[in-house]
This record gives sequence, structure tokens and C-alpha cells, in this order.
Amino acid sequence: MQLAFTPEDEAFRVEVAQWMSAHLTGPFASIRHRGGPGDDEADPALLKAWERELAAGRFSCVGWPEAWGGRGLSIERQVIFHEEYVRAGAPGRIGHIGEGLLGPTLIALGTDEQRQRFLPGIAAGTEYWCQGFSEPAAGSDLANVQTRAQRDPASGDWVLHGQKVWTSWALASDWIFVLARTEPGSRGHRGLSFLLVPLAQRGVEIRPIRQLTGGSEFNEVFFDGARAQAWQIVGRPGDGWAVAMALLGFERGVSTLGQQMHFAHELQLVIEAARCNGAARDPALRQRIAEAWAGLRVMRYNALRMLSGPQDGRLRPEAMIYKHYWSNWHRDLGKLALDVLGIDGDVRADGDAARTRLQQVALFARADTIYAGTNEIQLNLIAERALGMPKAARPTVDRLNKNDQCK
Amino acid sequence: MNFALTEDQQMIRDAAEGFLAEASGSAAVRAAMDGDAGIDRTLWQGMADLGWCGTHIAEAHGGLGLGVVELVLLLEQMGRRLPCVPFFSSVCLAGTALQQAGSDTARARWLPRIADGSLQATLALSARGVQWDATMPGATARRAAAGWQLDGSFAHVPDGASAELIFVVARLADTDEIGLFAVPSSTPGLQRAPLRTWDATRRLAEVALNGVQLGDGDRVDGGAEVPAALQRSAAIAALLLAAEQLGGAQQCLALTLAYTAQRSQFGQPVAAFQAVKHRCAEMMVRIEATRSAVYGAAALAAEATALEPLVLEAGAAKAQASEAFFFCAQEAIQLHGGVGFTWEYDPHLYFKRAQAGAHWLGTPQQWRERIAAALLD
Repeated sequence: MQLAFTPEDEAFRVEVAQWMSAHLTGPFASIRHRGGPGDDEADPALLKAWERELAAGRFSCVGWPEAWGGRGLSIERQVIFHEEYVRAGAPGRIGHIGEGLLGPTLIALGTDEQRQRFLPGIAAGTEYWCQGFSEPAAGSDLANVQTRAQRDPASGDWVLHGQKVWTSWALASDWIFVLARTEPGSRGHRGLSFLLVPLAQRGVEIRPIRQLTGGSEFNEVFFDGARAQAWQIVGRPGDGWAVAMALLGFERGVSTLGQQMHFAHELQLVIEAARCNGAARDPALRQRIAEAWAGLRVMRYNALRMLSGPQDGRLRPEAMIYKHYWSNWHRDLGKLALDVLGIDGDVRADGDAARTRLQQVALFARADTIYAGTNEIQLNLIAERALGMPKAARPTVDRLNKNDQCK
Repeated sequence: MNFALTEDQQMIRDAAEGFLAEASGSAAVRAAMDGDAGIDRTLWQGMADLGWCGTHIAEAHGGLGLGVVELVLLLEQMGRRLPCVPFFSSVCLAGTALQQAGSDTARARWLPRIADGSLQATLALSARGVQWDATMPGATARRAAAGWQLDGSFAHVPDGASAELIFVVARLADTDEIGLFAVPSSTPGLQRAPLRTWDATRRLAEVALNGVQLGDGDRVDGGAEVPAALQRSAAIAALLLAAEQLGGAQQCLALTLAYTAQRSQFGQPVAAFQAVKHRCAEMMVRIEATRSAVYGAAALAAEATALEPLVLEAGAAKAQASEAFFFCAQEAIQLHGGVGFTWEYDPHLYFKRAQAGAHWLGTPQQWRERIAAALLD
């Protein structure tokens, strides 16, 4: 067990820090600390220009193999990259879904044609992706997909009808990967396919959802005869669920350390606010601020456990609790921020960037314990998969199994 | 950077798990609890034979020369089994304080005997409670003809009634200086009154010193920086206690999973009800968070020399562990239902230790205030 990095890794840390501070200047100075969750007013065009700046400096897709435009960095150096990226105040990554989710999926499961067509655009910061999994009737029950895709016998195209929801950055994206039902009459996770669908076409309509934050970073995406070409399917028809699960498994935790640096920055804003307005003298708030600090230490060491454990694909305890832990910590931080601000927490102040940021954190953090598996789903998973407690009846799945027995 | 346990560390952990499951089962714990001294002498000898008492003591002093990480792994396993032995008082409190604050002569004299388990020592840190508080020394040391005279009292000394040697923290009269003194249990003027504790797996005693006469050689600190050394000792001890609490919390979850799996109501195992599953999952979240905090602070303690980060991280781990252990212990009682309220089932043993331990070496509130002061003041 060893916390220190090697001198070579520390030299890389300096290289990243220097590059970031040299390039977060000029037009990019205005997006320092911007573009994270809840900050939907950051300019997408500028965030994309920043992605291209990163690509030019070989700081995009740092964990991808070099053959596909990445840098093939070790886990340690990816950790260092993410830490220094956020420490420098570099903005939230608008290219994250392509770089972190779709890219690794295509590298592992895509065809050569798909890799050659899509990976360079992601690595260069010229093409952007969004995720089409959730639907109005498929939230926690993600497999209950109703969007359907049928083959056009003439062209071989997949023709889509249906609706996706909670799609981040849809208006700023070029492509969406979609989980669609391609076997009529199938249920649950069977009969689904994983399709790559261009957004700029007739038959796709995107409508922003106004959130309780007042902003709209999530969207609804409607398909009414939209098309994906025959080669734009990852895996075989019917393999969509397995591809989607593989995609969700590619988040190995290296970016969590960057996320923690964001959180540390937010806590620092809370501390500064408390010092300024006297809340720092309130014994109860002092306890909560200290608890938030301790929670950050927990998250850091938990992430180091995740990254150091055997990478054998088995879900380890520290990985199973992580989503529940960070999302609840962040939600609590938001409440703490508003309590530190006091009545000013209710007063909008556009000129006060720190106060605005803390208000955004407090409101947006209400989504943290809902998306990517609600608190309740997380506890189910922990109980059933990590603790081996009896599985609950799941009507759609159980009905499916009964049908199998009838055959 | 590699946060995984080494092969040797994994072996130490696994061996401790196996040994304690065999040697410190519920029946053995209950037999020792009912004894006068509350100590299972056979188990204590067994631990000494395995070399555990010398884990973090230097090889030059007869120890294994390992570090805080290895000791944390042992204590985590001990926390699961509640062994009734003076390991924490002798090795973690007295051994650590002597290592950190002791003079070369004193370390050479006492550490080998702590390391091989032949000497049962303890530490009298402050007037009330099991904690380091520079403002509350329990005793005063005055210059006397033969060397030193000690007077004072310590209300809660771990295993104070059974220890053969008590290291006493005393203020030197008419100065702000702190000294560390070795007081054998047979010393005239030393009075020890065992306290009846609800956590019968770990005993406390009231220790009074009335005109205790000591020689010059019985002052065992190295002179300068004793308060800083004792602060470091207390931080390490708090971390070690946090490791033990982590094990206790883990065992509460294990007991609960086993019981709810075999207890059936409404035609199904109690474990199949979502209300029960979610509470067990909450226990696991807190346990794994505690494990991250404890292992992280242990890795830091093994590498870092700066006092302040160690104090803050050990304190954070102790606060986290104390609250996680209490949470898991109270959930264990609740989820065992009626039998959780009986003396016969084990949850109450953990519940009592969790509550008592939260007040050893700093409460969660005290540690958080210490962290807040560093962040805010």
C-alpha cells in the first residue's frame, strides 16, 4: 500500500499543469470552472473549441490506445491528468460521452469500419455524442425500452420510432447512440439493438426539458422515421443490452478523481463563504463543514482502492458503494452551501459568481441521487449483488422467464 | 501509487482472521467477560506467540518492524471478534507512546517486553477519559530527593487494574513541560480501582497516585517535544481504534445477514424484504466508506512525517468509524428483532463497545471541531 507517485509520474503532473495554465488563457479564460453539471449556460461552441485545443495538445482521449489517437496512459497518469485538469480550473468536458463511453465501446466491440469512421472525430474534438438509453417508461427499469427500429428491406437501414428522455447535450451533439427494440414482441433486455444515429436528419426532434434549476441541459429526443444505416449497429441485432452494459462498465473510475477535485473546489467556495459571512463561527455548521471535508478524503481513498484493485471485471465492494456515497455527499454539500449562505441563498446575484455556483450546486445535486441509478436502485444492487440477499421479484423479467419455460 | 495490500499484508490479514475465528468465538468472549480481570490469558499468550504485540515495534527492540498498515489489518480483525485481551492498552497505547515519546534507554528497556507480550503495560493519558488533552494532565511530578514524586488521578485507564506497568503522563510542577513516567503496579502510593463497565470486553480502572516516589530513571520520555510526540501517539492510537471499529461494524453486518437469511416471516426470509435489504446496504456503504478512510489514513501514517495531516486524517477516520460502528450495531439489534434484545445473542456486545469506543481518543464531534479549526480559523 503506497500513496506516493513515482518521480516520472510527478514530472508528468508538472507537464499537465503547465500546459493547462498556458492554454486556459485568451478566449478560454472565461470557461475556467465552467461547463460542469448544472452549468448549462456555458457556451457549447467555446467548450468544443476547448476540446479541439486539448486534442491539439494530445490531451484528449488520454486513456485510449495510441493507435486510435489516444495516449495510452497508465492508470496512474490518467489519474494525474484528471486531477491537474480540474485543479487548473479547466471546464467540464463536453466530449465526455464520446471519449469515455462510446469510444471505448467501439474499440472493444465495434467493427473496423465503425472505428475508422467515428474514433478520429471523437479524438479530434470534431464530432460529439449523446446517449439514448432512458425513456419515459424506462427509468430505473432501463430494459423496458419501447423505442423500436425496423429494417427497411430496400436499403437495409434501421428506421426508428419512439422517444428518449434525459438526454444531456443533445442540442450540441452530432450523433446519438440508441437502445432500440428490433425484435417486435420482445420484452425486457432481449430483442434490443445498439444503433448509432445521426441527429441532423428529418425524423429527429429535440425538445429541451426545463429543470428545477431553471435551465435545460437535459432533453427529450423524438424519433419519427429517423434512420441509421445498416452498418451503424454495434454488435449483432438483439445484442444491444450486452453492448449497453459493456458501455456502462467502461467508466473505471479514473475520472472520479477529477470529479472529486470539482467537489473540493465547491467545498472551498463554501468555506470562503462561511468565513466571509460569519457562518464559520456557528458550531453546527463547523461540524458539517468538517464532515464534508472528511467525506472528500473517503472518496479519494475509495477511488484509489477502485483503481488499485484487480481489474478482473468483478464488481468490488468499493465500486459498488461509490455512486451512492458521492451522490449523497454532493447533495448534502448543496444543502450545506445554502445553509452557510443563509437567507442570501435564496437571493439571486448574477454578479456574484461564487454564490451563483453554490446555488447551482445545491439545486443540481438533487439530480445526483436520481440519475445513473437512483439511491433506491443502488441499495438494491448492493443488497443483491454485493451482500447476496434474495432478489426481488421483477414482473417483466419473471414473465419473460415463464415464457421461456413454456417454449 | 498503489493502494492494494501487498502479499505479505494480505497474509497477515488472512492469518489473523483465521486465528481469531477459532480462538475468540462468542463463547470464549463471554467466558472472559465474566472473569474478574476480563482477560483471556490463553488468547493473549497465543497472540504474543504469533508476534502480534511487536508488529509496529522496531526490530532493534524485538519487534517485527512493520508499520501502521499491518497493525490496522490486525485490529480490524480483532474488532470483528472482541478478543478480551490487553492488546489495545499495552501495544497500541503504551507501545505507541513509548515509541514516539520515549528516550532511547526507556525504549531499549521496555519495548522488547511489550513486543514479546511478557509485559502488560498501559497508558494514563489525561485526568478524564481515554484521550490526549494537554490542558488536562492527570498528574503532577515534583522533584524529590530520590528523583520524582507523582501525585494525581486518572479516572479511566484502559486495563488499568490488570496492567503490570503504567506509563503516566504528568505535568512537571511549576513548568508547562510534560513528562512521561513508568510506574510499576507494585509501587507504594499507586491505587487502582477497577470500574464496572457495560462494555465488559474492555475494562477501565481509576488510577490514583498519592506521593508515589520514583527514581530519575523512571522518567522515560526523551526530553524535548513530548507534547507533540504524545499528540502523534494519540492520533495513531485513534486510527488503530478506528480500524477496530471498522471490524466491529463489519461483523454486525455479517451477523445481521446470517440471521435475516434464516429467520422466516410471512413465508419468506426476512432478508427478502426490501426494507431490510436497504438497511443492510446502508450498513455496507458506511462500512466501505470507513474502510477507505481507515486504510487511507494508515497509508499516510506509514509514509508521512508531518503531524498536522496525520492528526486530521486519523481524526476523520476515527469520527467516521465511530459513527459507522454505532450505526451498524444499532441496526444489528433492530434487524435481529426480539432476539436482538436478548443477552444470549451477540449484537449487544458490539453495541456496547461501539458506544464506549466513540468516547475513547476523541469523539466524532471533537475530531470534527479539530478539522473545522484547521479549515476555518
